[in-house]
Amino acid sequence: MLRVDVTKQLGEFSLQASFASEGRVTGLFGASGAGKTSLINMIAGLLRPDRGVIAIDGEVLDDTTAGLHVPVHRRRIGYVFQDARLFPHLDVRQNLDYGRRMNRLAENPAQRARVTDLLDIGDLLDRRPGGLSGGERQRVALGRALLAQPRLLLLDEPLGSLDEERKVEILPYLVRLRDKAGIPMVYVSHDAGEMRQLATQIVMLRRGRVTAFGGTEVLPGA
Amino acid sequence: MFELSPTEWTAIQLSLRVATVATLVATPLGIAVAWLLARRDFWGKSALDALIHLPLVLPPVVTGYLLLLTFGRRGLVGAWLADHLGIVFAFRWTGAALACGIMAFPLLVRPIRLSIEAVDQRLEQAASTLGAEPFRLFLTVTLPLALPGVLAGMVLGFAKAIGEFGATITFVSNIPGETQTISSAIYSLIQTPDGDTAALRLVVVSIVIAMAALIASEWFARRALRRLHGS
Repeated sequence: MLRVDVTKQLGEFSLQASFASEGRVTGLFGASGAGKTSLINMIAGLLRPDRGVIAIDGEVLDDTTAGLHVPVHRRRIGYVFQDARLFPHLDVRQNLDYGRRMNRLAENPAQRARVTDLLDIGDLLDRRPGGLSGGERQRVALGRALLAQPRLLLLDEPLGSLDEERKVEILPYLVRLRDKAGIPMVYVSHDAGEMRQLATQIVMLRRGRVTAFGGTEVLPGA
Repeated sequence: MFELSPTEWTAIQLSLRVATVATLVATPLGIAVAWLLARRDFWGKSALDALIHLPLVLPPVVTGYLLLLTFGRRGLVGAWLADHLGIVFAFRWTGAALACGIMAFPLLVRPIRLSIEAVDQRLEQAASTLGAEPFRLFLTVTLPLALPGVLAGMVLGFAKAIGEFGATITFVSNIPGETQTISSAIYSLIQTPDGDTAALRLVVVSIVIAMAALIASEWFARRALRRLHGS
């Protein structure tokens, strides 16, 4: 379970969000500028809340009254960014292996094979990120996050930088991920269609406030 | 004409040794300082930046004299080092390496700092979400991506170290076989009657070494770039 109850002032913009989600995929839905990215950056630990608590499965990651802030690299929270952010100096295989090395996990060829199959990236292993298409890059970024064995996966508009054709290409992989990987996810998007296909619970954000919380029926234009 | 005398050979070997040691010792330190200046805000940051650049703008003879006062036999640091650790800089080749390292330091730090600043911090964020603690993150992401700048800084530093004259001769004098580098050997030769031919030989050697360093750095930089952007 993910529990978030935070406030954060960013210049003129104030973010105040509170929700507790049990779902396999929590959808953070809202227009751009609603505070979605700031909110998941706080969950990831990249941004510190001014006040509040963030906890996963009872383990507190941030608690400002106790002065507690678990640093990013110890949170075991995977993050797939809109712009993939693959390491340009490493090939795909080394990118995929990065999280395992940093967390000093034992090599697990079976798991790597499972993830590369799930995402169809087995043919890309020897390539460099510079030579990949946008869709391929995003699939490798997904695999890289998964192989670090996170307890929660954050996806910040992973389809946002792709054209319609590519979106259709990636979406089925995300559905497979949801059904097979067994890792709870927080999925950020401003696209109600994507949300309907993926999310099991919706947190609706508007100008830094949670305006609705519930199943996909809270999405507009149903 | 191009028969190098033993004294000239010694000066060349000494110069290479001094510049290599100065560069190798200064590089890790330079990387650490460059990272601090590029990525951290702290009290006294502009003072540190100014201090590093001081040898670049001070007359070299001033830097050399300050080194003599500090690291000389009777200097504050020099006396302590000699008594407790048996390390002597004054009138030794190690002193020449120290002088060259300090003179080369600002030139070494600048390109490294610029290349660290140019590393996309979003990649560093991604690495930390994958579990990389700060020092390993630096070694596995920041440093490899800043490598062209590190190599450029090393070559610039090496070139400066091999050409250094003022601070070195002030601090450790001009002793053949111990502190007489190519530069100070040329200086001695042009003060001697009939020294012109020998001086010219060393001038040619200087040019060859400088060219080789530049070509090597170009080659390294191109390789590093290919590693970063290759498909």
